[in-house]
Amino acid sequence: MRTMDVAITGIGVMAPGGLGCDAFWDRIVSGGAATRRVSLFDPTGFRCQVAAEIDFDPAAHGLTPQDWRRMDRAAQFAVVAMDEAVADSGLDLAGMDPGRVAVTVGNAVGCTTGLEEEYRVLSNDGRQWAVDHTFAVPQLYDYLVPSSIATEVAWRSGAEGPTSVVSSGCTSGIDALGYAAGLLAEGSANVVLAGSADAPISPITMACFDAIKATSTYNDDPSGACRPFDRDRRGLVLGEGAAMFVLENADDAQRRGAHVYAHILGYATRANGFHMTGLRADGREMAEAITVALNQAKLDPKDIDYVNAHGSGTKQNDRHETAAVKTSLGSRAFEIPMSSIKSMIGHSLGAIGSIEVAACALAIEHDVVPPTANLHERDPECDLDYVPLTAREQKISTALSVGSGFGGFQSAIVMAAPDKAAA
Amino acid sequence: MSAFTLDELKTMLQEAAGVDESVDLNGAVLDTPFSGLGYDSLAMLELATRIQNQLGVPIPDDHIEFMTTPRAVLEYIDSHLPMGA
Amino acid sequence: MSESRERQSTDGGRARAVFTGIGVVAPNGKGTEDWWAATLAGKSGIDTVRSFDARSYPSQLAGEIKGFDPGKRLSARIVVETSRMSHFALAATRMALDDATVDLSQIPEYELGVITANASGGAEFGQRELQKLWRGGPKDVSPYMSIAWFYAATTGQISIGHGMRGPCGVMVSEQAGGLDALGQARRVVRDGTRLVVTGGSDSSLSPAGFVSQLPTANLTTVNDPARAYLPFDTDASGFVPGEGGAILVLENADTARERGVDRPYGELAGYAATFDPRPGSGRPPTLTRCARAALADARMRPEDIDVVFADGHGTAEKDRQESRTLAELFGPRAVPVTVPKTTTGRLYAGAGALDTAGALLALRDQVVPPTIHVKNPVAAYELDLVIDQPRETVLRTAMVIARGHGGFNAVAIVRLAD
Repeated sequence: MRTMDVAITGIGVMAPGGLGCDAFWDRIVSGGAATRRVSLFDPTGFRCQVAAEIDFDPAAHGLTPQDWRRMDRAAQFAVVAMDEAVADSGLDLAGMDPGRVAVTVGNAVGCTTGLEEEYRVLSNDGRQWAVDHTFAVPQLYDYLVPSSIATEVAWRSGAEGPTSVVSSGCTSGIDALGYAAGLLAEGSANVVLAGSADAPISPITMACFDAIKATSTYNDDPSGACRPFDRDRRGLVLGEGAAMFVLENADDAQRRGAHVYAHILGYATRANGFHMTGLRADGREMAEAITVALNQAKLDPKDIDYVNAHGSGTKQNDRHETAAVKTSLGSRAFEIPMSSIKSMIGHSLGAIGSIEVAACALAIEHDVVPPTANLHERDPECDLDYVPLTAREQKISTALSVGSGFGGFQSAIVMAAPDKAAA
Repeated sequence: MSAFTLDELKTMLQEAAGVDESVDLNGAVLDTPFSGLGYDSLAMLELATRIQNQLGVPIPDDHIEFMTTPRAVLEYIDSHLPMGA
Repeated sequence: MSESRERQSTDGGRARAVFTGIGVVAPNGKGTEDWWAATLAGKSGIDTVRSFDARSYPSQLAGEIKGFDPGKRLSARIVVETSRMSHFALAATRMALDDATVDLSQIPEYELGVITANASGGAEFGQRELQKLWRGGPKDVSPYMSIAWFYAATTGQISIGHGMRGPCGVMVSEQAGGLDALGQARRVVRDGTRLVVTGGSDSSLSPAGFVSQLPTANLTTVNDPARAYLPFDTDASGFVPGEGGAILVLENADTARERGVDRPYGELAGYAATFDPRPGSGRPPTLTRCARAALADARMRPEDIDVVFADGHGTAEKDRQESRTLAELFGPRAVPVTVPKTTTGRLYAGAGALDTAGALLALRDQVVPPTIHVKNPVAAYELDLVIDQPRETVLRTAMVIARGHGGFNAVAIVRLAD
């Protein structure tokens, strides 16, 4: 018997290049990148001037002026994605005991967009260290503490069960789902509204990535800026967005006759205990996370049909991850398609893990592998099947998604189609 | 003679990245690899940031990996210090 | 993996988790025993803000940690690349691991975890780099900014510093986060991790971090340190922010015993979390349900609880809510209640962990630490508030309550291990 069997019964996605689950899927199977020159602020003077941005009209998604004034951009993405997921699930939340509905939101950099904008005013663009409190806006504290993102999701949904933000950097989006699965398994909730959100395209976060030279310098080729596994890659491209899910224990989902996209059967996270940003070339901790997640799912490497790569577009990551997949999946690694949707929608830090799980669930639903865009010539040291440029139709019963992030955290999550999960 | 001395570099390193307890920066370190002195890639990036901002010496991204020892850094600074500095 | 390990002491088939180490860095004491002695003596760490000029702000007090030199406790290489919140946690981690007298090299690296809580990131580090960016431009921003200010920085640095490669995570639920981290640490112990470094710390006491808290109107504007933070008092006017926290070592009870731990501080017997409905919704707060769920999780009844470490928000509405929960659960004045954070201010993610440290030491020493400065408890609350003097009494179990801004509730129950 499995220790984890969680049904995904609703999906909502806010991603660059296509808002909503359907547009997101169309985008990532198109092979067309949504990366572009930054428009959210003037990037002149920055080393990297490219990002994958969301064109977003809060009012069109049902947010009132007070909602969007109160919420940071990351929280706005989270609640809009949550609305879509709940509607998609067919669940009557209002008819449920709110105490049995939990909220888990992954997030890496909090409400930095709102916080930075307000900091500029309070400090007069950095002129004052002792900032002027008379310019403090009512929502300022909610920008300081990213728990406010979970608060907004809980308020909007009416959830009164265990609620928190899981913030383990760039693996947050996977770890939030692992945390939610734990709540369901122990009986702390019947439904978890789980996923992740981030809105990091602000000057301070772009400057951080400039400083460590992790972002791409293809400023003259914005749509070709993120090139995972390509020999000419130059780094990652920041993105933004959210994916939220309705998660239920598989038995409950079956009982109410819900449509189930996929079952989450295994999850693990390990840490490299090595370096905050550096990765050891052998990828052993990511390999360990994959192996533990597969064991929990009671699946073998031969059962896996698709790997959604971390694929951030840095040389270090590409090689680390390739090694980890080979170590954990053995010879099967060479037979499995493994693609990076970050090539199209960028790296939205804490959000991307859940967005990639959405990609896996939809790949299982549609039996299509989304491609890695901009992969024209493979890095000779990366020798797996990275599904270059064009999507591929094939039966997908199980999928593995991996994430790797600052702090040394490595996470893996395993999903299966309903018929495969029942087998 | 370099316009920017080893002692000045040591001071800059100390401010930028601290000193590992097991390392004696006062020893013969001119040709010791930075990795052997306990400095990682982030420390080198921080050092490069300070060299650029405090000395006005630009360091291209792809040059940082060649800054392997104090001597290599001093020679680079020496040949790139702006006129009159 | 966990399946292969024999388990003697289980809780419904689940591994028991016991606390074996404590490390504290708090405004009224650096080091566990210093802090505990100060807490029992009612010595306050609340004072006028010294690290920056707060005289123009309506609130001017804080529980600052004074005279803390991170260079004396941590490698200089680590100090430069971390923020104050992490300095506290990393120093406390060393204390906690020393206290646990554990040789981590004897435990498989993937069975060592780190789960910490944080509420507001590295506020001072962040403000400094924001200032560099907006005064000088992106080229002035330090590479360390990318790893120092974010919420996961502390967990990552603990993992790296001690080679702990098992499950790592970070909980953010404002002041409730410290207990949520303990709850998650217990989950990973149940899933097969032998030892978890857990707890929480915060430091939001830079000018921008401090000012960010003013709009909530929860900070007191009474600037007399002895009359400022008065939870459950008729003069309650809000709270004082503090910094610091506690790190605890939580272990599988069996493997702790196998490595020779005879007397752990106590067991994490119960934990639960809930979320309050949106203000104005007309629905009641959920703290009572949270406490009942924690009791059910611990398989205890209210009368099994010997002392309550209350959240003690210090605002009339939250104090009323909490006292109502305590009265409903225990009846009027039926259990000693205390708020030792009156000596430190509210430490956000550090608070739940520090109160749990206090609860464990209360069980060890059979004494309830006092609530200070409260002179006129609201009679209608019907609390047996332990005021000014520590109270010696028989203690086997303690309940710890933590409530986070926005609606987060968490309750933990610790008990002396069998």
